[in-house]
Formats: sequence, C-alpha cells, structure tokens
Amino acid sequence: MRSAIRLATVIYAVLIYGFIFLPVVTLVLFSFQATSFPIPPFSGPSLRWYQAVLGDTRLTSALLNSLLVAVISSAVATLLGFLAAWGFARFRLPASALMRGLITLPLTVSYLIIGMGLLVLFNSIGFPKSLSAAGIGHVVINLPLCFAILYSQMGEHQANIERAARDLGAKEWQVLTLVTAPMLWPALFASFFLSMTFSWDEFVISFLLTRFETTLPVEIWNLLRSGLNPKTNAVGSLVFLVSIAFVLLFELVFFRKSRS
Amino acid sequence: MTQSANASGGAVPWVAVGPALLWTLAFFAAPFIAMALVSVTVKGGGFSLANYQQFFTDPSYYRALFNSLEVTALVTVISILLAYPFAWILAEQIPERWQRLALILAILPFWTSYVVRSYSWLLVLAEKGVVNNTLVQLGLISEPIQLANTRFATVTGFVHFFVMLLTLTIFANLKQLSPSYRKAAADLGAGPVRTFLHIILPLTLPGIMVGAFLTFVLATGDYITPQILGGNNELLMPQLIMLQIGRRGDFPLASALSILLMLVVTVAYLACARWLKIERA
Repeated sequence: MRSAIRLATVIYAVLIYGFIFLPVVTLVLFSFQATSFPIPPFSGPSLRWYQAVLGDTRLTSALLNSLLVAVISSAVATLLGFLAAWGFARFRLPASALMRGLITLPLTVSYLIIGMGLLVLFNSIGFPKSLSAAGIGHVVINLPLCFAILYSQMGEHQANIERAARDLGAKEWQVLTLVTAPMLWPALFASFFLSMTFSWDEFVISFLLTRFETTLPVEIWNLLRSGLNPKTNAVGSLVFLVSIAFVLLFELVFFRKSRS
Repeated sequence: MTQSANASGGAVPWVAVGPALLWTLAFFAAPFIAMALVSVTVKGGGFSLANYQQFFTDPSYYRALFNSLEVTALVTVISILLAYPFAWILAEQIPERWQRLALILAILPFWTSYVVRSYSWLLVLAEKGVVNNTLVQLGLISEPIQLANTRFATVTGFVHFFVMLLTLTIFANLKQLSPSYRKAAADLGAGPVRTFLHIILPLTLPGIMVGAFLTFVLATGDYITPQILGGNNELLMPQLIMLQIGRRGDFPLASALSILLMLVVTVAYLACARWLKIERA
C-alpha cells in the first residue's frame, strides 16, 4: 500500500514536470533546427537561426528598447514607490488608507484595460505613440507592486534609527538617502528586479502605445505572423536565457544575504 | 497601523507621497475617466449608449464574454485539480533539502517570455507538431488531428501557466501549516482522508482562493494566449476589444467593452475580498 502510493506520487510528479517542460524543451530544441520548419524530425544541431536573429537589426534594436524601457520605468516605479511608502509609514496623513488604496488599485486591473485607457487618453490629448508612452504604462503597472513591497518593509526599528539621525542634525533628504534607503536595500532591489521582469515581458501595453520603435515582445509578435519559424524559436530561447539570468542574479543576491 | 512617528511633518510627507499619487491619478484614474466618457459616445458623434446597447443585444458580442467566463472557469478548475496534488508532493513527499530545487524547476518555464510561451504551445500542438507526430508514429491515430486553433489549445496554454502559479501559492500555504495539526487529528482517531478533508483542505483554502482569483483576473484579461492558440474561430473578450482598435479604430466601442470587462472582474474581486487582504507585516 505504502509503496503503491509512493509509485503513484512519482508518476504524477513526472507527468506534471513533463507537461511543464514540454513546450520549453520543444522551443529550445527546434531553435537548433537546420531546416526551415521547427517541426519533427529534428535536423540539427545548427546555429543558423541564432545568426539570423543576431543579424536582424529590428530584433536587436527592439531588445535594446526593451532593456531601456525596463530599466527607466523600473527605476521610476521604485523611486516613487519608496517615497510614498516612507511618507505613509512615517507620517500621519488624512485619508491615508484611501490614498494607499488608490495607489495599489492598478494591481487589480488587467494590463489590457490599463493600456486601453492610456491609449484613449493619449489619443485625446495628442500625446504620440512612443517608447515613452509604453514606459509610462509600465510605471503604472509596477508602482503599486513596488509600493506594496516597500510599505510592508517599513518597520518601527528603522523609524528609531531615522529619529536618531535627525537628532544628530541630518536633514530629511539626508535621512532618506543615507539612512532609510541603505537599510531597505534588499526590498528596494526586489522591487526594482520584479519591475524589470514585468516590464521586460509586458506585451499588450507596448503593443497599444508604441508605433515604429517598439519593444522585443511586440517585435516577436510581428515575427509570429510568418507562422512557425525556427528564428522565432531562436529569439524565444535567447529571451528565456536572459530571464533565467535575471532570476539567478536575484537568487544569488538573496541567498547570500540570507546566509550572512 | 500608522506609527507614533512624527504626527505631522509639515510639507515633507506630501512631497514624499505626492509623486506616486499624482502618477496614479494622471495615468490610471484619468485614463479610466477618459475611457468612461468615450464609451458613451459613438465614433465621430455625440452622446449615445449605442455601444452598450450593441453589446447586450448582438449575440456575437455578448457571446465573447460568455466564452471568456467559460474558458476561465475551465482553466481555474483544471489548474487547481492539477496543481494541488503536485504542490502537496513538493511540500510533503520531497526531502526538505531538495524542495527548493524542485520548486525552482517546477516554475522555471514561468520565466519564458509570455508571447513565446504561447508560441511554444503552438509548436507542440501544430498539425505536424510534436504531439501529432508522436501519436501518428505510435499508430494511435492515422491522420493528424486539429489541436491548434481550438478552445482546447487556449485552455492548455492557460493551464500550463496557472499550474505553475497555483503550485507556488498552494505550496507556500502547505508549508505554513504546523505538523501538529496532523498529529492532533491522528491522535483523535482521524484517518488520512478525514484529516485531509477536515483539516488540511480548509486550512489551505485561502491559498487556493488567492490563486483562483489571480487566475480569474489574469485569464479574463489576457489577449495573447487565446489569439495565438485559439485563433479567430471563437473570440474571447480581450480579442473582441483588440479587434475594435485594430481593424476599425473604434475607440468608443473598445472603451465600452473594456469597462464591461473591468466590471466583471470587480464583481469577482468583491466576491473574494475577504480572502484577499493585503496586510502590512
């Protein structure tokens, strides 16, 4: 009986792992396909589709655009989230709960609707479709997240250290930059990192708000119109690699921290 | 909640919270108001409720909302049924020191790009793709069967993503349970099945509800998965919205549909609200 349960457990786990990995393995395997269709039989390994990706200036410039939008929008979201979290945690403000609710509200609205709203607004005031427009949208989706993370980390013991710094003559901005920010750096890093991954992967807002210059997910979407193509596999595998690198970096930084 | 810190700091707190508030008002609240205003006009005309009227009277429009709800319900139920035993295996059956690795592996494909993930399923489910190829080779079918561009494909793509997400939330929930609950139940004479039904399941219900709500919000609002995997045979709500912008540039109708979709999600949020409190640590 015990070993039967054990066996069933192992089979179930293997099946689910298989289901989870099936598309990823297929994607990466056929990115090394030598012929023009990413379907069985496998005819590789060949690096021709990776060469095709790196030689495609539309894709490489879209990749740089994506990184640029991700870094700038995440920095803005983290900064605004940090300031707001500090303000709400350290001072008694009227209607504080209502304002905090407003800042976290975008978390419950889908990206499609946030993108649609910005499209309608920008269209009516004549703000052109651009990378900046998409970046503004990315701050909207990431600000609530950064705020929630940082607000949850503002504890009483930090407030005491801040008070000590003030007693010793530090000005508010000095307290923030020299005392509060260094104490909260893991939470700041986590906010920035999470925002980066969401912005890097975001499609629909960028799709609605950019036109000529666009981000990588939108450019990959354009590639999909040509049907199944090993080049899409290659660029998809590269994006996966970059994301894994992000995650590993995150793991390393936090693993080290939790050990020390 | 608010600490005993400075009760009032003059202008300082407003300088701190102001930018985030203004950003949210300008780029979240204002767009929403703009969308609401535009939704009660017709393209190139004045005030009109024609867009909402069209949605409720034209079957091809309200059908999209039903399709979305049906697909989401299917996805949520299947994902929970698949993820719960998997999370349980990870949390209870795997030795402690391998758990971290097992969990990281289980959610690794989570990090593939979202557009690429759907494309990968298209590769797997295509007419001459991996699944059809394998089935033909094994002699189980003689001709490839249509898997891509169906509701089945959309549901598969969604379930893949949400199994990973729900495994995470349920795993976290199971790990928080104290082993003494199980011991106490056993001491009082409950078997494994009764312990599960009366102790473990109710205690992990909040984790399941959080996961189910996330599934609901993310699946009803997603355009990519149904568009790439389901195709245009059967439209879901986000596809219908994008169709109004892409081909016709009909912002008023697209706005009305977006607001209706948001209302549906809000109702679901209110229904789950008691399990979804964001608390300060």
